[in-house]
Amino acid sequence: MAAPFDLNDDSVVVVIGTGAGGGVLSNELAQKGVSVVALEAGGRYLPQDYINDEWESFGQLAWLDPRTTSGDWRVAKDFSGLPAWIVKAVGGTTTHWAGASLRFQDHEWKARTNYGEVQGANLLDWPIDGAEMAPWYEKAEAKLGVTRTGDRAGLPGNNNFKVFEAGAKALGYEQVHTGRMAINSSDYDERPSCQQVGFCFQGCKFGAKWSAAYTDIPRGEATGNLEVREKAHVARIVHDASGKVTGVEYFDADGNLQMQKARIVCVAGNSFESPRLLLNSASSMFPDGLANSSGQVGRNYMRHMTGSVYAVFDKPVKMWRGTTMAGIIQDESRHDPSRGFVGGYELETLSLGLPFMAAFLDPGAWGREFTTALDMYENMAGMWIVGEDMPQETNRVTLNHDVKDQYGLSVANVHFDDHPNDIAMRNHAYKQGMAVYDAVGATRTFPTPPYPSTHNLGTNRMSENARDGVVNKWGQTHDIANLFISDGSQFTTGAAENPTLTIVALAIRQADHIAREMSAGNL
Amino acid sequence: MTTTPRSLTRRALLQQSVAAGAAFVVGSGYVAGSSAAWAMEVQHLQPETMATLIQMARDIYPHDHVGDEFYAAAVKGYDSADAAPGIEAGVAALNAAAVGAGHASYLAAGWERDRVDILRGMENSPFFQMVRGGLVTGLYNQKAVWPLFGYEGESFSKGGYIDRGFDDISWL
Ligand SMILES: Cc1cc2nc3c(=O)[nH]c(=O)nc-3n(C[C@H](O)[C@H](O)[C@H](O)COP(=O)(O)OP(=O)(O)OC[C@H]3O[C@@H](n4cnc5c(N)ncnc54)[C@H](O)[C@@H]3O)c2cc1C
Ligand code: SF4
Repeated sequence: MAAPFDLNDDSVVVVIGTGAGGGVLSNELAQKGVSVVALEAGGRYLPQDYINDEWESFGQLAWLDPRTTSGDWRVAKDFSGLPAWIVKAVGGTTTHWAGASLRFQDHEWKARTNYGEVQGANLLDWPIDGAEMAPWYEKAEAKLGVTRTGDRAGLPGNNNFKVFEAGAKALGYEQVHTGRMAINSSDYDERPSCQQVGFCFQGCKFGAKWSAAYTDIPRGEATGNLEVREKAHVARIVHDASGKVTGVEYFDADGNLQMQKARIVCVAGNSFESPRLLLNSASSMFPDGLANSSGQVGRNYMRHMTGSVYAVFDKPVKMWRGTTMAGIIQDESRHDPSRGFVGGYELETLSLGLPFMAAFLDPGAWGREFTTALDMYENMAGMWIVGEDMPQETNRVTLNHDVKDQYGLSVANVHFDDHPNDIAMRNHAYKQGMAVYDAVGATRTFPTPPYPSTHNLGTNRMSENARDGVVNKWGQTHDIANLFISDGSQFTTGAAENPTLTIVALAIRQADHIAREMSAGNL
Repeated sequence: MTTTPRSLTRRALLQQSVAAGAAFVVGSGYVAGSSAAWAMEVQHLQPETMATLIQMARDIYPHDHVGDEFYAAAVKGYDSADAAPGIEAGVAALNAAAVGAGHASYLAAGWERDRVDILRGMENSPFFQMVRGGLVTGLYNQKAVWPLFGYEGESFSKGGYIDRGFDDISWL
């Protein structure tokens, strides 16, 4: 049968969410001839719709449904209703993302083995490794057109990169370049090369940056096997007496509750909404929520150890010109406990426009210490820190039954406390980041606290044994054979690298597995 | 943005005004800069209250190269029937704190340092936090302010920076 599909068609795979995980999975399945209904809570926006204005774009794309926060992270104080900065739209957060696309390092797949016991951390090895993932990474890099992989050239360095590179070299760093970016350095895959517009976070109006919104999704739809229903908010996954899932209930664009039957359900709502949905789907058979016999649904929330360093110079930089994040120092990404922490971190160039800089440089600050920094905006350079944070059982997404969303559903509460390893790593990274800029004559540096989370991982983690996690090495839930997790919430550990390339590689691999198991009659 | 009340010429405006602190003059239904370079009508707030609010905005986020009219625009939204009672109460508390510190009013405290001390004393009040929080977008998201910081805003309509200096840094 071809799209659109009937609500009673129980032969379809239902994919919930159309971001890096769900958008890619939907297309990959459709390409293999599998019928897919993708349900996406957000609307559809394409390059001509993107707004190159930070707050206006935020209003257009961001997930603004209520969430609550707790824990000692500063986000809970400064942005208590906004634990994450992620997208509600067809294509998910791949509209916002900056495009940094790095493979995990081999040792990071086995954090428990390589880092040993870390007190307070719930470290675990992934049930897969670098060798298993290598061919999938290659496919993901080709799909995204990642620079400096295959025969794709690197991007040119902008002003912000040049300052960063000069500082890095003066400090003796060796692995410094303009990054492996899912941004075209020359025409590729029917998309043009980067025009150095500088609003990568607001959606690339040229389409030079890969986003599922204008690649995988329309291509999947073109096969006739994929139907994307936008403004369709899934409320509950339902199951039969045998414990197999049979469909999903969702609120359609008009707010009416609908029920779509399904042969398989794949959850890809990002690491807050995916566990929330499993928990909100609790039934008399599964009173603790679906796929939660381990009690691990919602736990081990990771957001990467992050922070930023901005610096002011005595001459202009104009960091906002050109790609937002095309620059990286990789020397600190190794595992080297002599630095006082396990795991490593990357330093990546970053710029914010004046409106976001005012909001995020030092949230809540006021007076001349703050404003004299902004006075030098034109002379500022910036970098972002992204490192491996420790999974902790108590860092978790739970249902907050006191707060309901517009559909009357309990919202996600996000609890996060920094682990001592996260703090030690952040302090090291601040010191190194400031040293980079000091080495090229910074007159003032700013160790800037983490923003609302952009990388959200781990709340339905992958594990060898059913007691340790929620899904197996295919993203299939340990408890329910026809229920899959297909987004960043599968991550067992976070590694130092930006996660999306890995989410995409896992989705391509999962599509292959699901299609194979379907034709073998196992699913 | 701020407009001069249409019925008033600059000279008439100055003649009908009284000073509110050093930076502002007020008259019936308006606040203006002391030089009358800009003026703003107020409907729901006392003009002195608006003048105090503008000064408070500058003291929270002082940028010496940004004119008062931008601060005025940033707080203009509080001149509404809904917001006015809370603002009048908040500014009254601010003035009371100023009196407690030995000044005739907040605006009468001549040194920024003295006014900032008064603000520090009420930093955790909902009134202060509302005004400060509102300024983060109210001030810095004004497109007219951006050039004063060198920020160029969108570049898509000009084809990006690929031919317009994305890598033009010359001092490294
Ligand atoms: C500003 C920014 C910059 C970033 N830069 C990078 C980068 O350079 N490199 C990198 O690797 N990563 C980056 N990221 C992170 C990256 O965007 C995410 O890791 C990735 O998109 C996550 O994929 P996902 O499939 O888990 O979720 P998402 O892409 O967030 O997709 C989830 C989708 O599910 C939908 N959804 C949720 N709940 C429901 C429901 N109940 N019913 C229906 N639909 C639902 C949401 O609306 C959303 O569209 C960045 C993120 C941000 C915000
Ligand atoms: S800088 Fe390049 S990638 Fe970023 S938005 Fe502009 S054209 Fe797209």
